[in-house]
Amino acid sequence: MTETKNAPFLEINDLKVEYFTKESVVHAVNGVTLTLEKGKTLGLVGETGAGKTTVAKSILRILPDVGARIVGGEIKLEGRDLLKSSEAEMRQIRGKRISMIFQDPMTALNPVQRVGDQIAEVIALHSNESAEAVRKRAEDMLEMVNIPRERYSEYPHQFSGGMKQRVVIAIALACNPELLLADEPTTALDVTIQAQVLRLIAQLRDKLGTSMMLITHDMGVVATHCDTVAVVYAGSVVEYGTKEQVFDHPTHPYTIGLFGAIPNMNVDERWLHPIEGLPPDPSHLPTGCAFHPRCKYATEACRTGEVPTVITPDGHQCRCHNTDAVLKGEGK
Amino acid sequence: MTPVIEVQGLKKYFPTARGLLHAVDDVTLKIEKGKTLGVVGESGCGKSTLGRTIIHLLERTDGKIFLNGEDISDIQGRELKKAREKMQIIFQDPYSSLNPRYTVENTIREPLIVSKRFKKAEIDEKAAELMELVGIDNRLRLSYPHELDGGRRQRVGIARALALEPDFVVCDEPVSALDVSIQAQVLNLLRSLQDQKGLTYMFVTHNLSVVRHISDDICVMYLGQVVELCPSRELFKNPLHPYTQALLSAIPSVDIHNPNIPEILEGELTSPVNPKPGCRFAARCKYATEACQQPQVQRELSPGHFVRCCRAEELA
Repeated sequence: MTETKNAPFLEINDLKVEYFTKESVVHAVNGVTLTLEKGKTLGLVGETGAGKTTVAKSILRILPDVGARIVGGEIKLEGRDLLKSSEAEMRQIRGKRISMIFQDPMTALNPVQRVGDQIAEVIALHSNESAEAVRKRAEDMLEMVNIPRERYSEYPHQFSGGMKQRVVIAIALACNPELLLADEPTTALDVTIQAQVLRLIAQLRDKLGTSMMLITHDMGVVATHCDTVAVVYAGSVVEYGTKEQVFDHPTHPYTIGLFGAIPNMNVDERWLHPIEGLPPDPSHLPTGCAFHPRCKYATEACRTGEVPTVITPDGHQCRCHNTDAVLKGEGK
Repeated sequence: MTPVIEVQGLKKYFPTARGLLHAVDDVTLKIEKGKTLGVVGESGCGKSTLGRTIIHLLERTDGKIFLNGEDISDIQGRELKKAREKMQIIFQDPYSSLNPRYTVENTIREPLIVSKRFKKAEIDEKAAELMELVGIDNRLRLSYPHELDGGRRQRVGIARALALEPDFVVCDEPVSALDVSIQAQVLNLLRSLQDQKGLTYMFVTHNLSVVRHISDDICVMYLGQVVELCPSRELFKNPLHPYTQALLSAIPSVDIHNPNIPEILEGELTSPVNPKPGCRFAARCKYATEACQQPQVQRELSPGHFVRCCRAEELA
């Protein structure tokens, strides 16, 4: 395998993932292309079932063995395709070069193992240090996430939700990964604890130069913590650009709809502007653009065939036939 | 005008192995007809317990509850049943709050049958009206909850709550389990039902942008106590309690050019079991002094703006 010098740090090309049962096939990821530069944070936003977590799990190759398959595409880490790596190579990468923070700290930890040992486990796996040295590093990690090292020998049930999530973060960061996949890291937490945890992740990211993929459905979290943003709908990236481009000039009707559906903190509105209809059933995706049944700009072209990815006037990507009409505000 | 709901000094304690858990501690508030009171706070602060105690789903420990000016604190039997028809609840999780073996129609008919006020034909007619009111297609009337998406299930929960034409509805995190696009649909529905029927809501949530949107007044709870209570706009413009200030600063702003700078609270929620008599927020509060170790009283600092903090004036 060749290592290209100028290749982006992480490059996902045309990734396709399916889940299948005897009766049906769920098209969870349908040709996702993304890049992430070193030290930057990419936000992946979208609703439940849009395929965000599936993308992250594909990178780590931890999709279920039965019932899921990566149908096509490439995931290149510094030019090397992870989808072609052997399981033994992946084991070296998981937890060391790439690690993941899972959404629900209540279920991500082993309830019958001491929290400190859960951190030590990943360190021991990727180093040849002595047991004492490993324990010391695990204690240091606890302290780094603001948990006193004396609590090393406690069990998850003795910790609050915010503390458990900090333990999960400590495990993810224990081996200084180059890439951190954070899957809704604060969704289960209250806002004041969310602020604590996000600040901690940002500090560690800055200190260690980690690149991050932050999966969330909260536009506020994206606004505060990401450099680039990809909006995902029904397994496809519908809009992709820098945070400034996407937030200042949202161009895809779905992105615009998402912003409109959030109650605005600065303006008093009597009525919200929901996106009509429902997210599509991924086992029966609409033909053409998957968003067309809910889209007020939809034309005949949207109902069938491939949807082009267009470069908008400010230079970001939008997967839509009608960007001109959208930007002019027609069809509203 | 008589408020629809008024509570005075309401307390709800739960006995636990380690002592009494003060879930709701000395709450006093009222809600006028047609208005919405938002109740915010972190998980475990007692906001859901407050709603449930008011509508007699939980038995109170102490305090008074008035419905349309009538003391309902101790009513029982037939009177309680009558009062409950006037006070309903919409639950957070539309997945577990509907009977999985009831069709949509059965779920909505159930309260009408239980009330024993209607004939069969009337029940059918009312159930159909209710489904139309909340926007569920008539073709779905024989569907089961597992066949519906989250937004539709929540609409069924709303129809069930409104079946007996209540005056007061506790909305307990009704949109927290829903995606934003669906959340907006349900919030608009709740507001239009309020306009049509003159409903009075208590809206319990931890989502601050939702509560700002839907509420006339907001009450902020911390460990069982109301720390601040005032009109919605006033709260976001001029928060007086240090906890409210920290809470509001922690909301990630969608405006990338004006990000909020979160004030990070150190430490965690302290235990609500046998709490110390002083201010419950003192352990995390950067302004805490000796005086904060004394019990705090709720005071009206400006008309309609109540705060439970002895230092609120100096900090304002």
